[in-house]
Parts: sequence; C-alpha cells; structure tokens
Amino acid sequence: MAAASKAAIPSSSAVLGSISTLNNPSLLKMSYYFTILSPTDTPLFNIAFGTSKGGGDGIARFRFPETAQYMNQFIIHSSLDILEEAQWTNGGMYLKHIDTYPPAAAYITAFLTPSGARFLLLHQPPNLPSSTSSSSGLGSSSLLGTAGSTTRASSSSIAANPTSPQTEEAVRQFMNEVYENYVKTAMSPFYKQGMEIKSPVFRTRVTAAGKKWL
Amino acid sequence: MAAPPRHATMQSISNGGIAPGTDRPQTQQTQAQLSQQSPGLRVPSNRKTIYDRHLNRSRNAELSRASFAFLFGEMVTYAQRRVTGIQDLEKRLNEQGYPLGLRLLDLLFYRSTSTSSSALSSSSTSSSPPNRPLRIITLLHLIHGPLWRLLFGRAADALEHSVSPDTPNEYMITDNDPMVNTYISAPRDMSMLNCAAYVAGIIEGVCDGCGFETKVSAHNQPTELWPSRTVFLVRFGDPVMEREKVLERAGVK
Repeated sequence: MAAASKAAIPSSSAVLGSISTLNNPSLLKMSYYFTILSPTDTPLFNIAFGTSKGGGDGIARFRFPETAQYMNQFIIHSSLDILEEAQWTNGGMYLKHIDTYPPAAAYITAFLTPSGARFLLLHQPPNLPSSTSSSSGLGSSSLLGTAGSTTRASSSSIAANPTSPQTEEAVRQFMNEVYENYVKTAMSPFYKQGMEIKSPVFRTRVTAAGKKWL
Repeated sequence: MAAPPRHATMQSISNGGIAPGTDRPQTQQTQAQLSQQSPGLRVPSNRKTIYDRHLNRSRNAELSRASFAFLFGEMVTYAQRRVTGIQDLEKRLNEQGYPLGLRLLDLLFYRSTSTSSSALSSSSTSSSPPNRPLRIITLLHLIHGPLWRLLFGRAADALEHSVSPDTPNEYMITDNDPMVNTYISAPRDMSMLNCAAYVAGIIEGVCDGCGFETKVSAHNQPTELWPSRTVFLVRFGDPVMEREKVLERAGVK
C-alpha cells in the first residue's frame, strides 16, 4: 500500500508533501506498544501509548486499530528470533532497532536485561500517505511562513524517523528508566522471576517515562 | 494530646476528633487521589513504595554480621527439616540461593551503569555501560570479582579451569574463608556438609540468568592455613560449551 501511494506522487511535489506533513503536528504522533517478556517468552507487562512530546496527547493511534491489539503482539513476538541472534553477538543491554515489519510500518527496538528479560518497543509512525492528497493545496500556502516550525519539528520530532540517532537515544533513555523500575520490582521479596508485573505504580512509572522521553 | 504524624492516615480518619483540622482534608484528599488512579492499591503508611526508594544507597546499608549469622543459621535449620540426607539438604540450600542470584545480577548491572564507574569491568572502557557476559571467562570474572565484592566485600580468592582433558566444562572458584560458614560447625557425622551450597545456588542463579546453563556445588577443601576453604565447582552444560565454540570462531569476546 505504501509503495503504491509513493509511486503516485510526482517527484516535484514530493518535497512539498513531506514539508507539509512535518508541518502539521497532528500527523507526527508516533504510536508505541511496549512489552516485557520473561526469558521463557511469557509476557510480563504491556502497555500502549502515543507521543506526548510537542503537544501530543499520549494516546496510541495505530494504523489498523481494529487488529492492533493482537497484531502488535504478533509482530513483537516474531522479532524474538532476531533478538536471540543479536543477543550473542552484541554484549550491550540496549540492542537498538532490531526488526521492521513493513506491512504495518512497525519498528521494533529491544533492550535486554542481564537476567534475560526482554524489553521490546514497537513504534509505528503515523500514516503519512493519506495526507499526500491534500498536500498539493496546503504545501504552497504554508511553505513560506513555516520554515521555522518545520526545522523545529524535524529537530525535536522523534516520530519523523524511527531509526534516527535521536530516536535511538530517546528510546535508550526510556528503556533505562524502565530498567530501573524493573530492577526495583525484581528486588521485591514478593516477586519471583517470571511473574506478571501487576503493580499499578510500575505502570504509572512506565507511562511517565514514555511521556518524558517519547 | 500530641498531633498524630502526617503519615498515619488510618489513625487520623478513625479518631478524627483528635486530628488537627488543617491536616485532615489534605490526607483524605491525597488518599482519594491514590485510590482513584489505582483501585485496590495499598500504600505503606509513609507513602513510599519500593519504586520511590533508591537502589544505590549501599554505603551505610551494610548488615551486621551477627544478624546475618543468626538468619542464615535459621535458614539452614529450616532447610534441614524433612530432608533425607546431606545431598538433599545442600540441594535445598542451593534452591534458596538461586533466586537471589537472578536478582543480584540485575542489581549489579544497574548499580554499575548508573554510577558508570569501572566497578564491573576491569577493562579500560570505564565510561561505557558494562556488557552482558557472552563468554564463559567474562562470566566467571564477573562472579569472581564484582559479584563477590557485592556480597562479601572482597573478591574471591582463586579462579581455576579444570586441568583434566575429560572435563573442559569444569571451572573452580575458591573462597578461603566463606562468610556463610564462619559460625557454622557441622557435626562429625555430617562432615561432608558445606552450607556454602547456598552461595553455590547464588552462582547458579547468576549463570542461568546470563543464559549459561550450569550446575554448581560447594566442596570442602581445607588446608592447614584455611580450615574452612571452600571450592565452588562450576559445571557448564553441553549447549553452553557448543555455543562457546561457535562464539570463539565468530570472534565474539
């Protein structure tokens, strides 16, 4: 689908299209699905949220909302094979972007705790091709007065490019903050490894980390 | 009558007549907020959940050796109930240590990343966060140095590889004077018993957490100088040895 609409845009208006989509803040909101899996692939925790930076409302809007709930889990779990390969070649805890699922434009970033729990973050940029139809009219009018806001959007927006260094850094900060809270959970004498994390405080903390960094 | 402390929420609600009027609405309000955002959550009286505590406050958090010895003695007594023999007892101690190993692993890495010191790796790259151990040797160095320091305040005394060609998967970590055994004297008919099986369980937990399937056992090897010298025999599983060969060929360190 994405390929078809890309081909439809004439090369001259492609620039205009990209500017106007960057320009419109409502189109820059990334949707995230974060999950923690135990070393034996049991889901311990999951949460869906959206971009909060730059006036985002923090609500996830996946491209296919009716199937997102299970498709996100499918996509995340299908990246486990790649994760387990990367696990033994890269000794770091933050493994960065490891997998992409093009049909849903889903990018998966992984973080591995030393004790084998996997933090996986699926991020899905907003559906850009739908805005290209209106871009021809919008682009010309907004091109002059919006150069400043365009640069601001592109420099601060994590949503614009899921594999950019800024995004990787932001996700790293997010993962580190979740890791801190995960260690606190694991250190609780009432928590055994492999148990679902039900603490509402933990959920609040992860949401706050998402708001802060993503 | 003295005003109740601010955190005694239950108290101030139950005997409301005593509580000062300025304090009550505030506490009730915060409680209402808390119950709103998370129904069924019970917050400790000082409102500090485990998530509000710091994981790095270790300077003055050392425990007294006496209370540790007492607690550990009770753990051994507890494990000793309904056991069939020394091996069974050691297995139970091992199982008690295992979950601790898994936890310590995460804590160890957390502490060394947040302080970003060279506490974990002896290599020169001190600023970058430490890597997860991928090879057996890195893992054993992690246990021998940082883990031992976290637990006992000093590094272990020796780390050896089995010289026998039949058992290349066996490694030995030696502690000349294990702290857990300081106040434990086994009766003569149980002279084989080594309560450091608990520490062996911790090691096993650490190895397993890192993805190295292992069996660890504690053995008495007294010398004249060190009567309670203990050797921890670490035996890695076959899949680990196979992976080790693959990683060596791939040049992973």
